[in-house]
Formats: sequence, C-alpha cells, structure tokens
Amino acid sequence: MEKFITLNSRAIPLDIENVDTDQIIPARFLKTTSREGFGKNLFRDWRCDKNGSEQSDFVLNDKRYSGSVLIAGDNFGCGSSREHAAWALSDYGFKAIVSSFFADIFKGNALNNGLLPVQVSPDFLKKIMKLISEKPATLVRVDLDSQTISIENSKLKESFEIDTYKKTCMINGYDDIDFLLSKKDKIEHFENQRKLPHVNG
Amino acid sequence: MSKTLFEKVWEAHVVDTIEDGPQILYIDKHLIHEVTSPQAFQELEKRNIPVFRPEEIVATADHNTPTVDQHLPVKDELSRKQLAQLSENCKKNNIKLYELGHKYNGIVHVIAPELGITQPGMTIVCGDSHTSTHGAFGSIAFGIGTSQVTQVFASQCLLLTKPKSMRIKVNGTLKNGVLPKDVILYIISKLGTNVGTGYFCEYAGKVFENMSMEGRMTVCNMSIEMGARGGMIAPDQTTFEYIKGKKFAPKAEKWKSSLEYWKTLPSDKDAIFDKEFIFDAEDIDPMITFGTNPGMSIKVGQKIPDKKDASFEKSLKYMNFQKGEAMAGKPINYVFIGSCTNSRIEDFRVVAHYVKGKQKAKNVTAWLVPGSRQVENQIEKEGLKDIFQMAGFELRQPGCSACLAMNDDKIPEDEYCVSTSNRNFEGRQGQGSRTILASPLVAAAAAIEGKIVDITKQLN
Repeated sequence: MEKFITLNSRAIPLDIENVDTDQIIPARFLKTTSREGFGKNLFRDWRCDKNGSEQSDFVLNDKRYSGSVLIAGDNFGCGSSREHAAWALSDYGFKAIVSSFFADIFKGNALNNGLLPVQVSPDFLKKIMKLISEKPATLVRVDLDSQTISIENSKLKESFEIDTYKKTCMINGYDDIDFLLSKKDKIEHFENQRKLPHVNG
Repeated sequence: MSKTLFEKVWEAHVVDTIEDGPQILYIDKHLIHEVTSPQAFQELEKRNIPVFRPEEIVATADHNTPTVDQHLPVKDELSRKQLAQLSENCKKNNIKLYELGHKYNGIVHVIAPELGITQPGMTIVCGDSHTSTHGAFGSIAFGIGTSQVTQVFASQCLLLTKPKSMRIKVNGTLKNGVLPKDVILYIISKLGTNVGTGYFCEYAGKVFENMSMEGRMTVCNMSIEMGARGGMIAPDQTTFEYIKGKKFAPKAEKWKSSLEYWKTLPSDKDAIFDKEFIFDAEDIDPMITFGTNPGMSIKVGQKIPDKKDASFEKSLKYMNFQKGEAMAGKPINYVFIGSCTNSRIEDFRVVAHYVKGKQKAKNVTAWLVPGSRQVENQIEKEGLKDIFQMAGFELRQPGCSACLAMNDDKIPEDEYCVSTSNRNFEGRQGQGSRTILASPLVAAAAAIEGKIVDITKQLN
C-alpha cells in the first residue's frame, strides 16, 4: 500500500448525494480477475452515453477541473461492497475523497487501499463545494498527521477523524494482513480455548 | 450486566483488543463467490500466504452466471474465465465449491441458510454487502471488501471497530397483503438510507416474532440499504425449526447443546441500545419505490412526494417521473422476481397463488429466477412451474441475474422493471434501465396488468 502523509492538490467537485458504488464502477466491469485498470470505467455511465461518447456536462469531463481530491455529496459509497470502487477511484488518480458522510464498507475499502476518506461537516462541505466549483484552481491541503483539511487563500480549515491504528497504517503504508499474521498465536489460542457447541465440527 | 444479542455474539468472538484501535474478531464462516474473491487469492499467492482455515470457507458461483442453458459452457468469455478461476482457486486451496450445475448451487445468501451452514451465534462474512441476510438467524453477518476477504483467508479474523447497536421494533399485526419486503421498504422510507451507518440493527417486536425465517431473511437482507452493516433477529422456535435437519445443522447431542446455547442469545430485557425506533404494523401498506435509492418509496396507492432537493430531482428525472403523480397506473414492460432478497420458495408461492389462472400482460417480459437449485426443484415439486408457464412467466435457472445485471439478464435502456431485488440505483439492472422495487405480490400484479397496481384495492 502506498504511504499517505500530506496532499496538496486541486480538487474535482461532484455535487451529488448518495453516490453508490454501482455508479462509481458499474457491475458489468467486474468480470476481471485482477485489480488493475478500473480507472477508465470510473463513473462510466455518468462520463459517457450509451455509445461511449463523453457527456460534456459531467464534472470529470469538465476541463476546468482536475486534481487528486474528489469533493462529493453526502453518503458517498453506499450500496455494494465491491472494493473495485476504491480501486477505480485510486486508479483514476484520486488520493483523497472529501464528503460529509461515507458508507461503512466503502470507507474501510478506501482505507485498505491508501485512499483517504476525509469526513467534514455538512457546512464545510457546502462551502468548499461552492468555492472549488467557482474557482477550480484552488488548492486543497490534506494533512494526515495533523488530521486537518484546509483551503488555500482562505480561512477554511477543519479537522477530521481517523482511527489511530488506521492512521498509522496509512502513514506507513502497512496493511491489516501483516498485523493479523503477527497475531497467529493469539488466534490459535482463541480457537483452542473456545468451547461453543456449534464450532469445531 | 444486561447485553444485547449483538453484544453477546460479538464478545464471544473477540480474540484481542488493540489499545486505541480496533478489535480482532474471529470469523466462523466465510462465504465466497467468483466476483470479489479472485484478487484476494492473487494477493495471497503474491505474498506466499496459505489459506488458514479452508474448511470454514464455502464457495458458490452466482453473480456472473447465466440463467439459461447452465449445462453448456458459459458463452461470455470474461465470465467463463472468472468462473474457471474460482474453480481453480477452490481446488488449489481445498475449499468446498458449489459450482454451476451442482445440486446445491445458487445465490450465496440463499444456499448457506438452506444448507444449515448459517446458524445462530456465528460470525459470518462474505464479499457481498447483502451478507446481512444471515443475521435473520441471530448471527453477526456482514459484507466485506476484497482486502478483508484476503485477511480472513490469511487469519480467519478481521480487524474491526465494534459498531453501535440500534433496535427497530414493529408492533402489531401486518395487514393482509403486506409482506416482509414491504416492512423493510417502509422502514427505510421512514429512516433514510444512512440511518444505520456505523450500527448493527436488531429487529424486534411482534411483527418479526410472527415472521417466517424466509421473511426475516428478506428484512435483514436490506439492512445495508439503510446503511447498517448488518441486521439481526433473536433466534427463537421458528429459527430452530428451520435449521433442524438441514444438511450441515448440528445433529444428536450436538443439536441439544447448540440449542441450549442459542437460547441464551436473545437480548436481555433491559439491554440498552444506542438508538431505537418504534413503528406500528397498522401503518404499513404494500410499498413501491419511485426513485433511485431504496429509501425513495411510498405506499403503492400514494402519490410521489414534492421535495425541493437537487438529488431528489435528479432521481425523478432519471426515472422520468413527476412530483405529485400516482404510481398506480404507470405502465411497465419488465418484471423480475428473484435476487437474494426475494427468491426463496415462499416468494414463489406468493406469486403462484396470485397468478394462478391469470395471464401476464402481452407487453410484459416476466422473469422468475429462483435463488438456488433447491428452490428451483421445490417450485417444480409443488407444481408451481405449470402455473407460471400457463400465466406466461419465464422460469429461469438460479443466480443473481437481473438484480445487478452482470450476466445477460439486462433490462434495456429507458425501460421500467418492477423488481423484487434490493437496489433501484441508476443503471443497476442494465445501462439506462429504471428499477421499481416491490414485494413479490406487487410485482406479480404488475406483470398481470402491465402497469403498477394498487394491490390494496384488490385485497380489501
């Protein structure tokens, strides 16, 4: 997993609520057995019409906007557990997603892939959505160490929460597997001592 | 101290607690399928990690399988490869697989309960958000991403922060024609699509106590549609009777000791929940969705509400519906009865009972997709197949099918489909398709009439 420390980038405003993982990556693109190459189909049915031509009114096709931060509406990533959604966002080039609310499974998947979900207050989200929409060149700074997000040339700054363990993982590029494997003894001990009737056979 | 059902099961599975961090939770059963597992196997191979407890994993092919000609090689090359990869991975790692054509094949959330794999007090995970279904048995069951699938392969554990507990009580008795699907659609319409985020939800009250296991599965299945990682219902006599005698259910002495343990699981009387909601069964009618998330539903006889909100308006625009319009009378061309929400035998009995002696509307394509081979066989055994054929419905072979349209079962662009599945997201059933979620009864009526029917008028 890639390390995440700070990020200084322009941002793309996606002012839509309840963006579900079927929109992020439609099911018909999940037939592959690898985790690469999903970026080209990110938001496929919003980016392209049925003939594959670009929909000019969709923000990812709007040349004014660029950057590795996606600013999205409330309840981002709801629906299916497909980690392909996090892979698609990362593969497209996003490193952080800012929203006022994230769905559980998506949030976990993002963190497991070095993609930082930054949860801000609804008021802060509203302000930066407007600001970025109007001034696309504005830089957003995400600092994981101090757990803050700030906007260049403005007083807009907010802190965000992240689980201490997950923060350490993100900063160092560790993942949960290494950690769990280091606990094998404890896991085996747990298996041996439990006496529930319905297990072990 | 008094404990909730959730707390009892959770605490029985905690291996260790990290200071200022998550807990290590032991997983009893890991269900896998072809779409979210290949990358996990790949990662294990790359890092040279063996599967830790292959005997606790059960695999099935369901998401990407055709629902016709299952005895023939799968036509779509990518799908065929993905299915072959699952078979290869299972063989290599000694994992039990109910592949396409196997007598126990079917949708993962249908087969595990019907085989007795799902039992009270267990922790169950699967790389699929509708794993919440299994909570109907009083187990902690939830969907996970592929990185977590890898973690469970490697260690039979997950690192998790303990979710909060909420309880939804529905008191009273359901009205005639109101099905479990209507109950959960009603709850989500009242509470919204993210009320449960960060929570496990216990369903309690007379309505759930009186509900069959299949109905409870329908309810728990859609817990994720209100954001809850999982739903749970206290195990009771109904649960025990359902499990007894199933293939992998405990037998003889083991059955007795299991039963004794399961009876200790229900939430203690004065257990405290972080939040609680109470509804009255009398207020629930057959429901129908009009928008592009499962929270956007109304009673089937009602009109689409007026709400000034950009996302709401975007949703109506996609559906090509107007505020203030009645849903009843809206023409539809497709009906899909299936998915892990509503593809069990009771669902097909409801449909058969309604369509017996009737004919589907000429313009309607009506697909019935059983949740498993066992359900398919039961449909035949009970003589329902003939009823469906006479009514002009198409009974297909088991799989996830048009719920997510990964296979060829797609609804064409701009067409409306009344579906018993769980998500009405944009394009969920095919690019540009428009999904209207409903119970099997409301879906059956729509197929007969070729339009949305206010079923309450026929019931009273």
